[in-house]
Amino acid sequence: MKEKSGSVVRVAAPMRSLAHRFAFLLLLSASIGLLMIGHSDPKIFDETRMALIDTTTPVLDALSRPVATASDAIDHIRELAHLRQENATLKAENARLLQWQHAARTLLSENNQLRTLLNFSGDQKVTSVTARVIGDSSGPFIRSLLVNAGARNGVRRGHAAVTGKGLLGRVASTGERSARVLLISDLNSRIPVLVESTRARAVLAGDNSRRPRLTFVSANAEVSIGSRIVTSGHGGMFPAGLPIGVVAEIGDAGIRIETFASPDRLEFVRLVDFGLEGVIGEKHTPIAQSSGPRK
Amino acid sequence: MRTAVWQHLDLAARKLTPFLLSVVLVILNLIPLQLPGYAAVSPHFALMAVYYWALHRPSLLPSGAVFLIGLLQDFLSGGPIGQNAAILILVYVVAVSQARFFYGKSFFVVWWGFMMVSLGVAAAEWLIACLLSGFLLAPEPALFECAMNIAAYPILGWLFVQVHRTLPREE
Repeated sequence: MKEKSGSVVRVAAPMRSLAHRFAFLLLLSASIGLLMIGHSDPKIFDETRMALIDTTTPVLDALSRPVATASDAIDHIRELAHLRQENATLKAENARLLQWQHAARTLLSENNQLRTLLNFSGDQKVTSVTARVIGDSSGPFIRSLLVNAGARNGVRRGHAAVTGKGLLGRVASTGERSARVLLISDLNSRIPVLVESTRARAVLAGDNSRRPRLTFVSANAEVSIGSRIVTSGHGGMFPAGLPIGVVAEIGDAGIRIETFASPDRLEFVRLVDFGLEGVIGEKHTPIAQSSGPRK
Repeated sequence: MRTAVWQHLDLAARKLTPFLLSVVLVILNLIPLQLPGYAAVSPHFALMAVYYWALHRPSLLPSGAVFLIGLLQDFLSGGPIGQNAAILILVYVVAVSQARFFYGKSFFVVWWGFMMVSLGVAAAEWLIACLLSGFLLAPEPALFECAMNIAAYPILGWLFVQVHRTLPREE
């Protein structure tokens, strides 16, 4: 009896390790297969991904709040220390901004008058949704955010994500109640831009670093440190003139842009629908309708 | 009779703990901590979980579960699907095969092992990103993540030890 069970073990152990090895190989090749499938058709997993993110949204939403509150509390204490100094800076800035307000009002009324004269059709209606940042779905080579607004709030692929300061990124995929925002610093981000003062065209390419790179700048274009970079509106992705950042360095590593909007310590973003049907925007008609009736 | 049922349920729940804990860690990994630059270098919690359980209790975290954890991470983070699944499976294989060496060794030896593993993971992540994008990328983000992993391991490792103590002994 003893001998028998011993022989069973002797046979079973190698069999088991063989089965384990087989499982490893199977799972490893499955993962690599998924990598290759995803690479050849990046959209193929989008639905599953957003469905999973949708499921975790309530949890992330609840968990992101206390973290934000704690960080706010720390900010409050830090602000108290600099209150006096900040007050002085703000007063000076306020005086300056009042002048600008005056200039803006004058220009606005002038603009309106000129538009009436020209019968200008005007910009399309802009709608926006403000969403809470609930997740940082970034890795070493990905820069993206999760927000708690999705298709049911009217958010669609291609909408611009902006903060009060400037452009942050664009909506890459949407779920029912969540969406993923691809930041302008991501490797896959390419945005047609203009140097505001000289109107020189270029493309802002994310390269994973904090400062995206300005590429395809024409050779005779004048770009200097401090030049403001805005969206050009080419390709119909974003409207023209959205502020992005300023040129921070010009050197061997190319022209680098310090962006106005930073994904760090960000609680809310505005997802803006400019009514554009650009290269990446989806048509507002659902796919099921356009592909004919379903059986 | 009733107690027997409860005991069974209790045992099952305890046996599922390593897997469920890993799933929770994958979700926690997504929470924005509002630290400047944190997102780019957030430590890879699931990696630590897989390493720990593969070394200490591989029977409670079979390779199929590791695969699922990797896939979940891939889907929730914006990365390419299959990347974390492949990496975690490889880490699991390496850790299980070296478990005998680490058996009964001090924490520092286990930590050293984790350093080696996370360096390998950083290299793999960098390589995959380069292959998929078709560019030679700067490896710094992967190295930063690696450093964060190594720094965070003692904290998570302590948590795993506490959880480990509540689990039933190996049969």
